[in-house]
Amino acid sequence: MSDVSVDMSPSLAGVKMTAPLLEVEELKVEFRTRAGIAKAINGVSFEVNSGETLAILGESGCGKSVTAQAIMGILDTPPGYITGGQIRYRGVDLLKRTDEERRLVRANKIAMIFQDALSALNPVFTVGFQLAELFRKHRGMSRADGKKRAVELLDLVKIPAARQRVSDFPHQFSGGMRQRVMIAMSLALDPELLIADEPTTALDVTVQAQIMSLLAELQRERQMGMILITHDMGVVADVADRINIMYAGRIVEKAPVYDIYAKPSHPYTKALLESIPRVDLKGQQLNVIRGLPPNLTRIPAGCAFNPRCRYVRDACKVDPIPPLYEIKPGISSACHFWKEVRGDD
Amino acid sequence: MGRYIVRRLLQFIPTVLGTLFLLHYLTTVGIQLTGNPIRALFGDKRPAPETLAALTSRLHLDDPCLKQKGNPCLGLFRERLVDIGQLDFGTNFRFRPVFDWRGFFDRAHASIITDALPYTIKITIIAFTIEALVGVFIGMRAGMKPGKSLDYSVKISTVMVISVPVFVLGILIQQFITRDFGNFLRGQEWIPEVISRGVFGSAYKQEFPFASLIIPGIVLGMLSLATTARLTRTSVHENMRADYVRTAKAKGLTHKRVIGVHTLRNSLIPVATNLGLSIGGYMTGAIITETIFNVPGVGNQTARAIFQGEPAVLIGITTMLVLVYLVANLLVDLLYAVLDPRIRYE
Ligand SMILES: Nc1ncnc2c1ncn2[C@@H]1O[C@H](COP(=O)(O)OP(=O)(O)O)[C@@H](O)[C@H]1O
Ligand SMILES: [Mg+2]
Repeated sequence: MSDVSVDMSPSLAGVKMTAPLLEVEELKVEFRTRAGIAKAINGVSFEVNSGETLAILGESGCGKSVTAQAIMGILDTPPGYITGGQIRYRGVDLLKRTDEERRLVRANKIAMIFQDALSALNPVFTVGFQLAELFRKHRGMSRADGKKRAVELLDLVKIPAARQRVSDFPHQFSGGMRQRVMIAMSLALDPELLIADEPTTALDVTVQAQIMSLLAELQRERQMGMILITHDMGVVADVADRINIMYAGRIVEKAPVYDIYAKPSHPYTKALLESIPRVDLKGQQLNVIRGLPPNLTRIPAGCAFNPRCRYVRDACKVDPIPPLYEIKPGISSACHFWKEVRGDD
Repeated sequence: MGRYIVRRLLQFIPTVLGTLFLLHYLTTVGIQLTGNPIRALFGDKRPAPETLAALTSRLHLDDPCLKQKGNPCLGLFRERLVDIGQLDFGTNFRFRPVFDWRGFFDRAHASIITDALPYTIKITIIAFTIEALVGVFIGMRAGMKPGKSLDYSVKISTVMVISVPVFVLGILIQQFITRDFGNFLRGQEWIPEVISRGVFGSAYKQEFPFASLIIPGIVLGMLSLATTARLTRTSVHENMRADYVRTAKAKGLTHKRVIGVHTLRNSLIPVATNLGLSIGGYMTGAIITETIFNVPGVGNQTARAIFQGEPAVLIGITTMLVLVYLVANLLVDLLYAVLDPRIRYE
């Protein structure tokens, strides 16, 4: 570490370091648009602790990014509004704090990596400027010290010739290198929690693996909590500890990674698994989930997945919505017929 | 970069030659159709044939091709080019030189263009300053709060300004502001003359060299101001929702910095180029505005040259305007490269 590193990370009143890193409880978000009210998040709860990786997985449009934006406090309002629930960082409900307090949580405590680094980095500033900005504005460093730290960060994420590249603009980097810059930026202020929203979706398959292993390595070294958001079941297997499966703004299954793959407890999870291309089944027709995710302004009554479900019964088509049934400690499923889905007796 | 500039400068040559030829041809055909323009100088009087012949010959209007309708008079064009190459733009019918660069420094070498240019430069600076400051400011405020009252008033008022022709706007302002309102001001004892007779005077006045150019400057800049405000509004509005703005927020930067540094810098790229191009637009706008407010600038001289069929004056001034326009365009391109690194490194 460099001589200019001083920890001046601002502290948030009421924080208890013994409390869980992040607890999201019954979060509800809606978008008020001309087409109606889109209920994007309908009571999502989960918890992340230091040193662990939680994967949030679901088809595109199910509300993963909105969840991340709500936690960061960067939702577009209007049209997006948080209509209920709590987001607790170390026991402090962030939704009750002032804008200024929330601003200081961002990047200092909770940082985020975006999907498409080309559009997420500002095209008119050098990556050095965009990295140094964090040190200058949050740590009061000079431009020169900020730049020194920027070079260190580029080294940390293994960008070759960091000293030269720090003066380059985002469009001069390859896709993978650009995502490394994004990662460097998120780690600048040593956050406790990292939210990675589809960090590899925009990349080539070979580069995807490198970026995932870099992320996993940095997360382990720094004992950060990480929320890894993806729609790709193949990405999470090696990296995540636990998985939450999301559908139409709800979590429909929670389980440790191994159990999800070995024995899915929700028909949606099962369908997702069947849609992964597998080497051992090469040549066979790939299963895609039939039908489309529901329109969020008109979510069907009962289980939102019922129109597409293989196991559907009459009970699935009427309210109440199936609760998250706890199957074993750490495993739960929002399906009335989880036993049948698992093949348990 | 240097090679790019040289290439662009070389591209100017055909544009300037083409413009010169077009003007030459139009004025030549004009003479061929309406006869010797010198005669018009004498009005009702009939000049002695020798006088007429002498004048005609001195102004190079005795070439036989000027009697053959449709003849492009290429010989005359070549002579003109050679003269212009030596910075000799000829004279008007009263033998006042059209352009002499020494006129900028020395009254003894005064010429039409060097006398007129300072007025046009002043009025252009006024127009540009108002356009850049007011247009960008209101466009920015409107773009930051779409759907609010300021946004709507900007949208409506700019559409009005854009859809009304400049001469209508100019005459309306002259009638109602500088005449009616100005007369009211001039009736009040306590208002200083700079305001009542200068700023709100209905025409340019030598005693108030700056004040009486303000309203003509505003009229000249109004159209570009409206387009600049609209462009800024759209650009800021689009950029506010850009991914990198969300990143800037996620970095825990203050709202002021997210808007003032990250959003604005990107939003202003198209605006800056538009500002540069509007300088070219001022050259045409000046013909109307200066005529309405009787400002003795380049635009006024152009209008006069057109009405009096003075080929040398028209060609001299237009050549200069074309050059200004081309240089402004080149500067805009360079500015674009400075503002947008994606262009710079191509
Ligand atoms: N800015 C927005 N305006 C309106 N609706 C939005 C906006 N952002 C997200 N939504 C709604 O929220 C839903 C979930 O979006 P998102 O969280 O981005 O999905 P994903 O799981 O693919 O990240 C979308 O289907 C859309 O209906
Ligand atoms: Mg998303």
